[in-house]
Amino acid sequence: MFEVVIGLEVHVQLNTKSKLFCSCSTEFAAKPNSNTCPVCLALPGALPVVNEEAVIKAMRFGYAIDAKVNEVSRFDRKSYFYPDSPMSYQITQFYKPILENGKIEITSKDGGTKFVTIKEAHLEADAGKSIHEGAISKVDLNRAGTPLLEIVSGPDMRSSDEAVEYLKKLHSLVRYLDISDANMQEGSFRCDVNVSIRPKGQKEFGTRVEIKNINSFRFVKQAIEYEVERQIEAYEDGVYEEEVWQETRLFDSNKGITKSMRGKEDSADYRYFPDPDLRPLIVTQAMIEKAKEIPELPDEKCKRYMSELKLKEYDAKVITAQKELAHFFEVMLEEKIDAKNAAAWLINELLGRLNKLGLDISQSVVDAKTLAKLISKIEDGTISGKGAKDVLDYMIEHEEFDIDAIIEKLGLKQLSDDSAILALIDEVLAKNKDKVNEYKEGKEKLFGFFVGQVMKASKGSANPKKVNELLKQRLSS
Amino acid sequence: MKLREACKLSKEELKSLQEELLQKAKESDLNAYIGFERSEIGVPILIKDNIQVKNWPITCASKILQGYIAPYNATVIEKLKVKGFAPMGRANMDEFAMGSTTESSFYGPTKNPHDTTRVPGGSSGGSAAAVAAGLAIAALGSDTGGSIRQPASYCGVVGFKPTYGKVSRYGLSAYASSLDQIGPITQDVKDAALLYDMIAGYDEKDSTSANIAHTSIYKNLDSSQKYTIAVIDNYVEAASEDVKEAMQKAIKALKEAGHTIIHKNLLNTKYDIATYYIIATAEAATNLGRYDGVRYGYRAEGAKNSMELFFKTRSEGFGDEVKRRILLGNFVLSSGYYDAYYIKAQKVRHLIKEEYNKIFAKADLILSPIAPSVAPKLGQLQDPLTMYKSDMYTLAINLVGLPAISLPIMKNKENLPVGLQLIGKAFNEQPIFNAALSLEERVNYKG
Ligand SMILES: [Zn+2]
Repeated sequence: MFEVVIGLEVHVQLNTKSKLFCSCSTEFAAKPNSNTCPVCLALPGALPVVNEEAVIKAMRFGYAIDAKVNEVSRFDRKSYFYPDSPMSYQITQFYKPILENGKIEITSKDGGTKFVTIKEAHLEADAGKSIHEGAISKVDLNRAGTPLLEIVSGPDMRSSDEAVEYLKKLHSLVRYLDISDANMQEGSFRCDVNVSIRPKGQKEFGTRVEIKNINSFRFVKQAIEYEVERQIEAYEDGVYEEEVWQETRLFDSNKGITKSMRGKEDSADYRYFPDPDLRPLIVTQAMIEKAKEIPELPDEKCKRYMSELKLKEYDAKVITAQKELAHFFEVMLEEKIDAKNAAAWLINELLGRLNKLGLDISQSVVDAKTLAKLISKIEDGTISGKGAKDVLDYMIEHEEFDIDAIIEKLGLKQLSDDSAILALIDEVLAKNKDKVNEYKEGKEKLFGFFVGQVMKASKGSANPKKVNELLKQRLSS
Repeated sequence: MKLREACKLSKEELKSLQEELLQKAKESDLNAYIGFERSEIGVPILIKDNIQVKNWPITCASKILQGYIAPYNATVIEKLKVKGFAPMGRANMDEFAMGSTTESSFYGPTKNPHDTTRVPGGSSGGSAAAVAAGLAIAALGSDTGGSIRQPASYCGVVGFKPTYGKVSRYGLSAYASSLDQIGPITQDVKDAALLYDMIAGYDEKDSTSANIAHTSIYKNLDSSQKYTIAVIDNYVEAASEDVKEAMQKAIKALKEAGHTIIHKNLLNTKYDIATYYIIATAEAATNLGRYDGVRYGYRAEGAKNSMELFFKTRSEGFGDEVKRRILLGNFVLSSGYYDAYYIKAQKVRHLIKEEYNKIFAKADLILSPIAPSVAPKLGQLQDPLTMYKSDMYTLAINLVGLPAISLPIMKNKENLPVGLQLIGKAFNEQPIFNAALSLEERVNYKG
């Protein structure tokens, strides 16, 4: 039996206004090389100046994961030649990162919780992009110099599921903190996986293999599972030494396999040394104060939903797992509706329908206020729960959101007027005098029969709650 | 004409001065100018070929930057322009400021105006030779290990290397970032103070710039101030007879001016040389990585892929001395050697700083040689190691980040200038200029 050991390195693109070492915009620009300047083009004589906003965002992440925020950190040069790396080195933090020793809580394999340690997180500048068009290669440096926070976990995960659980937690966290858009497809949340195996009980780690740049949670799971299988097979076949060595592999998402990137001999030497263009990065009190402006985070929010709003754990977890969902939910509550109703309708009805359409909450045509208003129509008795589902379907299908008009159009309005319901009750009771007598003699089971008859007489439009109340009054008088 | 005199000229007078200088420069066979660019009418300042001037070519005297036009001004150029100075002409230099003779220039060597069979020193050899020959009123150079002070000394002019962090490096093509400083090369001490005032001060574009307000040196010049000046005996012992004579002359003059001379020793300069060539080349190897043929400058023909493009462009574009230093820098940074070389060099750098601190606890200034001898003959310093050793007196100043002025003291029998340097405390530069002025007044050097 083998134990799987997984560590993750995640590159999170920070959503700052400008780049890490110059004042160029980080916004998407269609025209190649339009968001550039002497610094990010690496023209002769240009010098980097650290963007404080990026530092503060990194620090904020540090406080959120209970990490040590180093008062003094440093930037280093990592040398390698590549056409989209204009300086021939990347400015990163190799020797003294800004953050060390944090932790993130995840749900573990056995259903309990465990902490994944964050060994360190450091600031670094992104590279540009190479574009290959047949025989011609082009370089676009719009992305060059965009701030990245590289978050390095400990080798703490023991299965692909745990790895994905950690990634989802991290993804949710950076979005809650508003430090990154964390869009995996667009590359603002990129992940490298370190995988090794060891026989159960063995203390020493096995040989660590790195799998680079995997761009979805599903691929992370696939890549780990393939790699684990490859390593175990090599071990069992007695060729572990020959086939598993410390290397970088790439995941081929079409074939679902990992492939060796370069040969055994060719290991890169990045020749790290402190960047003499930048003084040590010193964290000031003003920066600390700004960085500590942390919004309510998912775990806290989840606990509060359970204790204050009395949500079930499952509902609270689902809603808080995604920043947009929690926000949607909180906007719904502004309409003074019952929190449990709001949660049930959000998760079961709206998300259920969106899932079927392959959409997420941010793509919902029905906004939070509208959904809340619909729920309030159930709560005040205007329509039934069943009627509300019809209204919701109608809104999604027709993209019309005037709830009152839809209720009218679909004839869903409940009869709530006391005198009208009483008239119906009296009619039913008059028709069933013998049953009334039986009821009064103690056959209380008949109450349901009367309710049914009244509802029938109203053609289903009577407010059942009202019917119950008024019927009880009449029968006891 | 002195710089401070040129500052008083009218627009018309400046215009004809500029024309006259350019004419002389074009007729000169010293090869001090490698470009005759000019901007607006103003007090003309010759600019070393590693300082960016907007819309001017900038090549660092290298093949690899042929065809490149700078799209922006260095901070020092912006500052000069605001004050009515006009950058004019490109001064020759050693390729990427790597060298002590200006012989590594892509454009061929500059000649020493005092003896055209000799080098002007380097790397700011073009700047110093032009000022000495009257082809420029004043010039900007850069000093990474003596590149302003040593050519000033060989050419008999004044050069000042500011405290590290006093002058913005923004727009200076980097050689070694932790050592580079831009500074003035002028005809005398007063002009050096004047030009230095124009370019000094904090710049938010340079993270290594010191956030300290600059107080005018020129306005506060006072040659009657008395200082305690240390002489480094073990440095003088290792120098040539010419330099020893200049030291004696300077000590006598300084004593007559009322200064107190004390005697001290410093670590053997072999440690300075080793430390400097590790740190400078490590920084240079990465700083020069950007010249890869992808975005600007020279690009080799016929490369089949990007790696080949890098190899060919850099092999063809850089000269031997630059290649030597890039190789050395990459070697000292490579894994397995980093601790033994780079880390050790940083430790020795601290040690050297401590040594200077000890002397500055007792003295205001240090008087020291600049080079072991007068300007060598062209082609004399073929062996790189011999050339590296000739920088023995200037390197430590850059390693520690101290300010130092180089000024001519005398001429030897062959009529070649001999200069010395006065070194001061970091960010305390007025005493250097005051003492240098008092020395200049007494030695009465005639160019
Ligand atoms: Zn930029």
